[in-house]
Amino acid sequence: MTWFDSRAIDAEAVGLVSTDNTTAAPREQFTGQVGFILSAIGSAVGLGNIWRFPGVAYENGGGAFMVPYLVALLTAGIPILFLDYALGHRFRGGAPQAFRRVKGWLESLGWFQVMICVLIAVYYAAVVAWAASFFVYSFGLDWGDDAAAFFVGEHLQLADVGGADPWLTFDFVAAVLIPLVLVWVAVVAVLAAGVVKGVQRANVVFIPLLIVAFGILVVRSLFLEGAVDGLNVLFTPDWSALGDPSVWIAAYGQIFFSLSVAFGIMITYASYRRRRSNMTGPGLVVAFSNSGFELLAGIGVFSALGFLASQQGVTVADLNFQGVLLAFVTFPTIVTEMPGGAFFGALFFGSLVMAGFTSLVSILQVVSAAVQEKFALSRRAATLGMGLTLGVVSVLGFSTTTGLILLDTVDAFVNNIGIVASAIFMCVFVIWLYRSGPELRHHLNTVSTFQVGRWWYVCVGAIVPVMLIVMLVQYVITRINEPYEDYDTTYLLYAGWGSVALLFVGAIVFSLPRWRSREEFTAWPPYPPVDAATEQKGFIR
Amino acid sequence: MTTESILMMAVAMVIIWGGLIVSIVALRARPERDDLPPGGVDDHRQDAGIIEHDT
Repeated sequence: MTWFDSRAIDAEAVGLVSTDNTTAAPREQFTGQVGFILSAIGSAVGLGNIWRFPGVAYENGGGAFMVPYLVALLTAGIPILFLDYALGHRFRGGAPQAFRRVKGWLESLGWFQVMICVLIAVYYAAVVAWAASFFVYSFGLDWGDDAAAFFVGEHLQLADVGGADPWLTFDFVAAVLIPLVLVWVAVVAVLAAGVVKGVQRANVVFIPLLIVAFGILVVRSLFLEGAVDGLNVLFTPDWSALGDPSVWIAAYGQIFFSLSVAFGIMITYASYRRRRSNMTGPGLVVAFSNSGFELLAGIGVFSALGFLASQQGVTVADLNFQGVLLAFVTFPTIVTEMPGGAFFGALFFGSLVMAGFTSLVSILQVVSAAVQEKFALSRRAATLGMGLTLGVVSVLGFSTTTGLILLDTVDAFVNNIGIVASAIFMCVFVIWLYRSGPELRHHLNTVSTFQVGRWWYVCVGAIVPVMLIVMLVQYVITRINEPYEDYDTTYLLYAGWGSVALLFVGAIVFSLPRWRSREEFTAWPPYPPVDAATEQKGFIR
Repeated sequence: MTTESILMMAVAMVIIWGGLIVSIVALRARPERDDLPPGGVDDHRQDAGIIEHDT
C-alpha cells in the first residue's frame, strides 16, 4: 500500500481539485470515537502516571499540590492537547506533514518531534521489557528478600559506573536482551497490522484490562495495614507550598509530560480521525481519564507505600517512592510482604506492561507515519524498516550492563529539554509567528461539540510558553552547573547533550529530501469561513 | 486519615473523576455535531472494513 494524501480526495469531493484516485491507497482511519479515545488514553496513560505522579504530588505539597495540578490541567494540558488535535485533524498528517502545511519550513519541527519519539522509543522499549520480565518473576517472587540487589545485580547486571569504571559497555545481558527483542517484535507486529487492526485493537483490549487489573490492585492496597498512613502522607496539604514557584512548575511539568502532548503523538492520532469528527469532546474524556488514572495510581501507590513503611518500621519518605526504583525495587518488596503477593505482583507488572506497551505503540506510530508520508512507503515497509533499525539501536544501547545509566541520561535530557523545547517551538511558531490560532480554533469549533473560547489563545499563546520557557531555562542552567546525577561530564556531553543535538540534526537532515507523496491538499472546513449565501451564489465551487 | 487529608482526597476525586464522568456523559448525549458545513466527506475507501471486503 502506498501512502496517499487523502486531502486530495476530500478536496475533489467538494469540487476544489481534480485528482485521479484510481490507483491511490486510502489514508487509514480509526473506526470510530471509542477506538480513538481508547487509543489516545493508551498513549497518555503510561509509566509516568504510575511511578511519577504520586511522588511528584508528595514532594510538592501533598494535598495542596492538587490546586496547581488542576490549574495546570485546565490552562496547559487540555489547551495543548487541543492544539495537537487541531493540527493533526485539520492538516491530516503526521507531525512533519501537519507542520509543513502550516508553513513549509516548519516540517523541521515535525521531524524534531519524530526524533524525540525515536530516542524515547529505544529506551522505553527496554523499560517495558523489564516490566515483562518482572511480570514473570512475580509468580515465583524471584527477587527474594533483597529486591534492590536482584534488580541491579541479577536482572540488569549493572556495571559499576562510579569513578573510572566503564560508562558504556557492549556486554549484553540475556535477561534484558531477550525480552527486549520480543517487545520489538510485538510492537512492530501491532504497527504493521495498521491503525485499526493493530493500534486500535491493541488499545481496545489492553486499556480496559489495565483499568480492571490496576483497579483490583488499588482496592487491595487500600485494605493493607498502614494504607491510611500512606494516604495521609500523600493528601495532607502543605499550603505553604502554593507560594513556591517550583511547585507550580512541577505541576505544569507533570501535566505536560503525562498527557503525551507536543511530541507528535496526538497530532498523528488526530490525523487518523475522519474529517467530520468531534475532536474536543473526546479530548476532554482523554484528558480527564489520564488525570483520573494518575489519581488512582497515587492512591494505590501510597497505600502500598504506607503498608511497607509500617512493616519495616520506617516512614514513607525513607522509601524509594518514585521512578524506576519505585517500580522495580520498592514494589517487589511490597509484594513480598503482602498476602497473596505473587498475584498482586503479576497484576502490578502486568499493568506496567500494558500501560507501557500502548504508549510505545503510539510513540512508534509517530515515526512510522512520518516515514510513510514523506517517502511514500507502504505501512509494512516503513514499520519493518523502522522496527529493525530502532530495535538494533535499542538492543545495542539498553540491553547491556550500562543500559540503565544510558536510559536514565537520555530520558532526563530528551524529556526536560527536547519535549519542552518542542512545545515552546509549537506555541511560538504556530501561534505567535504564523498566527494560526484563529484558524485552528475555528476548525475545532466547527467540528466539535465542546466550543473552545478565546481563553485558549491566552493558554497556548502565553501561559504555556511562559511556564515552559521558565522550566527549560531553569533546567538547562541546572544541568550546566550540576552534572546530572553526578555522572561523568564527558559521558553527559555525549549521551545527554548529544541526544539533544541529535534531535536538531535529525530535524534538519530529514527535512532536506523532497516529498515523494502527492501534494494536493485543501483543508476543511474552509478558513476564513465561507458564508452560506456566498456559496449558494456560486462564487465558491 | 486526618480530616484535612480526607477532604483533599475527596476534592481531587470529585473534580477529576467527576470531570471524567461529566465529559463522558456530555459526549454520549451529543457524540457528533449535526450541523457540519458541506464538504469534508472522506473517500469511501478510507474505511478499512469496506476495503478489505470489497472484492
